[in-house]
Amino acid sequence: MAQTRREMLIDPLVDNNPITLQVLGICSALAVTSSLKVAFVMAIAVTLVTGFSSMFISMIRSQIPGSIRIIVQMVIIASLVIIVDQILKAYAFEISKTLSVFVGLIITNCIVMGRAEAFAMKNPPVASFIDGVGNGLGYGLILMLVGVVRELFGSGSLFGVTILQTVNNGGWYVPNGLLLLPPSAFFVIGLLIWAFRSWKPEQVEEREYKIQIVEAH
Amino acid sequence: MEALISLAVKAIFVENLALSFFLGMCTFIAVSKKIATAIGLGISVMVVQAITVPANNLILTYLLAPGALSWAGFENVDLTFLGLISYIGVIAALVQILEMVLDKYFPPLYNALGVFLPLITVNCAILGGSLFMVERSYNFAESVTYGVSSGFGWALAITAMAGVREKLKYSDIPDGLQGLGITFITAGLMAMAFMSFSGVKL
Repeated sequence: MAQTRREMLIDPLVDNNPITLQVLGICSALAVTSSLKVAFVMAIAVTLVTGFSSMFISMIRSQIPGSIRIIVQMVIIASLVIIVDQILKAYAFEISKTLSVFVGLIITNCIVMGRAEAFAMKNPPVASFIDGVGNGLGYGLILMLVGVVRELFGSGSLFGVTILQTVNNGGWYVPNGLLLLPPSAFFVIGLLIWAFRSWKPEQVEEREYKIQIVEAH
Repeated sequence: MEALISLAVKAIFVENLALSFFLGMCTFIAVSKKIATAIGLGISVMVVQAITVPANNLILTYLLAPGALSWAGFENVDLTFLGLISYIGVIAALVQILEMVLDKYFPPLYNALGVFLPLITVNCAILGGSLFMVERSYNFAESVTYGVSSGFGWALAITAMAGVREKLKYSDIPDGLQGLGITFITAGLMAMAFMSFSGVKL
């Protein structure tokens, strides 16, 4: 095993982040981040589903025939998501209403499938579980960062607790309504990627075309 | 009829799957580098969406909804918790069937769209469309309309995005923003433009 378990868990957080580098699972990252509480629940749900689906798929990896592996993976993932969905409906109904279709969409979240296909099919169960949890946490990290920016500056609170007293409630902070609207999520993630890549320059993508300065004669 | 037209306009512009619900973002970002490929993928999504949303609507009405199994003698059975797994199963199966039918009877179309079809099973726009159909309890006519128009809206968004990106690759972008970063920001600007449709009422 080339990587230690610790590395497997830490690596996807920054160096090999599923969202900013592997471009996986962006759909829900954008949609559920307008409040931190929802983002937090979503992050936990995805981490659990990724971890357990990787583990179960890895357990039966040598029994799955290659031609139908996608369907087998899909069935395992879908069953786990149904469990998560039912638990949320039972114990956190309000949040499950806000998340609406996005709980169900964990099934098609490319992180889950991507880790199952890329890692769990080739590695033993425990390592796959750790890898799944690590990637789920990497996803959760971005989700929380975006959630913090959007909730703090969009409605002046964190986890629903007021941090910046808004003008409507007699405070001083004028909330930036744009941050609660869908497009802002794109900007926040775009800028976050910029920040990540300035910090780790080796993640910068190659240019397709370079600007060349040609001397005039 | 008017209600259906207004539903279609709403699904294409105001509640665009890609730009206001962020569905199908992975493929939206990954396959929008060339206009031709984007159009191919867009059309495939539209076709699959137009088939799967009504199909899942039938499954929901006749198999899963509370009391839906009364035709088989089970009045009190509620299978809605099996929804997710059935929808994704239907989608995977239909995509597979579509691929085989196209391969056998319409080879040119298969050559054009074939590569995209496997990608579509895991495209959240497709599952998302079906889940929205369930959440908003559309009837059969509405789900046909919603399937076609939401697919069209997605196709429109990815084609426009590809058009922008084709030009964008010649511009001088800061290193860290190169590639993924600038794509997100472009998508954000497009989403803002699409939001201006939100006042439209029919």
